[in-house]
Amino acid sequence: MGLTGLQIFKLLPKTNCKECGFPTCLAFAMSLASGKANLSQCPYVSDEAKQALEEATAPPMRLIKIGAGEKVLEIGDEQVLFRHDKTFYHPTGIFIEVSDNLSEDELKAKVDEINELVFERVGERYEVDGVAIKNDSGNADTFKKAVETVAGKTDKVLILLTEDPAVMEAAASVVADRKPLLYAATGDNYEQMVEVAKKFQAPLAVRGKNLSDLADLVEKIVGLGYRELVLDSGERQTSKVLADLTQIRRQAIKKRFRPFGYPTITFTTEEDPMKEALQAQVYVSKYGSIVVMKNTSKPALLTLFTWRRNVYTDPQKPIAVQPGIYAIGDVTPDSPVYITTNFSLTFYTVQTEIEATRIPSYLIAFDTDGLSVLTAWAGGKFIGEEIGPWLKESEINQKVNHRKIIIPGGVAAIKGKLEELSGWEVIVGPREASGITAFAKMRLGA
Amino acid sequence: MPVEIFKEKYTGKVQEVVLGATKEEGGTRAYTVKLGGSSALPFLQFEGESARPVIAMEVWDIKPNWHECFEPYIGDVWEDPVAWAQKLEQEYGAEVIYLTLKGADPERENPKSADDCAKLVKKILENTKAPLMVEGCGNYEKDNEVLQAVAEAAAGENIALGMAEKDNYRSIAAACMMGKHCIIARSPVDINIMKQLNIMILDMGVPADKIINDPLASGLGYGIEYSYSIMERARYGALVGDKMMAFPIVCLAGQEAWRAKEAVAPDDAGPGWGDQKTRGIMWEAMTAAALIQGGADIVLLRHPEAAKLIKEHIEDLMVPNTY
Ligand code: SF4
Repeated sequence: MGLTGLQIFKLLPKTNCKECGFPTCLAFAMSLASGKANLSQCPYVSDEAKQALEEATAPPMRLIKIGAGEKVLEIGDEQVLFRHDKTFYHPTGIFIEVSDNLSEDELKAKVDEINELVFERVGERYEVDGVAIKNDSGNADTFKKAVETVAGKTDKVLILLTEDPAVMEAAASVVADRKPLLYAATGDNYEQMVEVAKKFQAPLAVRGKNLSDLADLVEKIVGLGYRELVLDSGERQTSKVLADLTQIRRQAIKKRFRPFGYPTITFTTEEDPMKEALQAQVYVSKYGSIVVMKNTSKPALLTLFTWRRNVYTDPQKPIAVQPGIYAIGDVTPDSPVYITTNFSLTFYTVQTEIEATRIPSYLIAFDTDGLSVLTAWAGGKFIGEEIGPWLKESEINQKVNHRKIIIPGGVAAIKGKLEELSGWEVIVGPREASGITAFAKMRLGA
Repeated sequence: MPVEIFKEKYTGKVQEVVLGATKEEGGTRAYTVKLGGSSALPFLQFEGESARPVIAMEVWDIKPNWHECFEPYIGDVWEDPVAWAQKLEQEYGAEVIYLTLKGADPERENPKSADDCAKLVKKILENTKAPLMVEGCGNYEKDNEVLQAVAEAAAGENIALGMAEKDNYRSIAAACMMGKHCIIARSPVDINIMKQLNIMILDMGVPADKIINDPLASGLGYGIEYSYSIMERARYGALVGDKMMAFPIVCLAGQEAWRAKEAVAPDDAGPGWGDQKTRGIMWEAMTAAALIQGGADIVLLRHPEAAKLIKEHIEDLMVPNTY
């Protein structure tokens, strides 16, 4: 949403001196607009023009990086309110909070537990993004020690939670190279907190008492020359946080309200791990860039991570596998032949279930542009008229010596047309992939 | 400097559909429930009304083939649909009873007749207070017969009947009109088919305040994001004035969630999976919570613990957030 070439041109000196390497100011302006040139190439541009251009070309929401080296969490830089308008880019960072009131051994045990929160499903791996260490003790040395202990036990991204700038400075100094997020600058401490953040070049969370207070505070901090910020409206009740997060995102994107052009941080309040995961779900769904949680219940977190994965999937790309014939196990010319769509989730689910039957089989991923079985069927992409002619000519005819194909039970209706057009016998399989084992037992003698 | 609150100005709203009928309205329900009616995006009360999502719970007419973790909760009643329905409304907080007539499926041994189904519906109505939704067995031929009998038996009660799809909606719409019931119109995760089906059902003469849409929502981890986005688009469409996207949405969250391997696999079946019971309940609750966030007006739940979690979650989301 930057400026057009012409708008940029109006801000240039219009002397055509060529020092930028372009024949005219206009040529330079056009290249700037398309991102192929850099403003610094023109030595004569006025400060005023510079500022206007920077403002206009900055993204509506700033990208903030927390952490260093291999473990960097990128948040912000979102462009839409609804994923169907484009996509959400930077998945919500999920953090677990620990208290500096814990003894060193307790703290180590807790961090071990957090390190072990690794989840695997459908060939994907999810893990907790980081640890938030809270200065409950009120003591600077205790906090510093706790931060050291945690940092020594994990390479995950860190958040330091204290409102005392001196305590923050002491603790941040031991993990400065990790670029932790410093939480938080408030109306009472922001000047000193900004100094600490500047000193360590660490991102800084800003907590207001409400949206207006937050906007004021951000402007003051930006006035001090610091822009690596993460926002917290201070609200903690679920529906009110939802409202605040929506306001922050909307104002940043639709109104380009600069004070809200940063990612956000949220905190759960529910004690029960199941309720906590549902509360966190709201923030993952609606515009929370970070959620800090307390519980470490695996089943609860597994569902939360799965939801995050789902909501941050790019809706513009159907997740498809390469259409074609896949061999599962040591296939022979007698092996059964299954067919499903090339929607990856359907394909992998069916593949896993076929593997579980322990009967070497062929699985055809039919090209449905990545649509699932029922959707593809309803859209005329997984019907006898489409599959029949393909099957008749397919290489599978050379691979097996029978002519029997197993189709998903949900599309039993395509049997007649498919048989007519392919010359194959159609066996109606189970409606659900989970029924394949039982089906194979009954029909294929597994 | 006070921040000016950004409120979208919408011209449309979600169609309001009332389910059930009290004595004064010609039925016998103790109360009715209102589905839809929202004039804002889900839970954004600062810019309009956001209707409270309703919790329906599932009863089958035959013993369900559900995971054993349901046994301690409904094992004593799952062979008696009437007692089951009573337990759901009395102990587990079901606001609506959702009966699925699986037993009528002609592919089963001794399938139940249309008459059996009608009698069961009558008996459930006589012994419960909550509004009722009834889904057929899924066999179009049989459902024509079954749902018509059910519609007659439940005349005056303003129940909901489904599933009306592109290829069978006529007979179900006729049964609904005859008994003055609501219709559940299903489209397979496709906003255009959903709109077409609504148009065809309206053309049949079903009043707009009797139509509920089922977008065939997927479960967590298995395509739920498609459903979520379709529902977000439909809600936004409704608010900007597209009446064919404006019908209240039912999501069959429980049955979708419990299909997932993650819900039923034994303890520690995969890395990070933890115990089955919590995982299964959470899989269902997370599915429902996400769909509610996407704009579901009524969610169908299975596990009483999931229903309890969702009820409390909805309370939290309904806390006023006007500025
Ligand atoms: S250097 Fe600046 S003033 Fe000279 S031609 Fe390029 S844009 Fe124009």
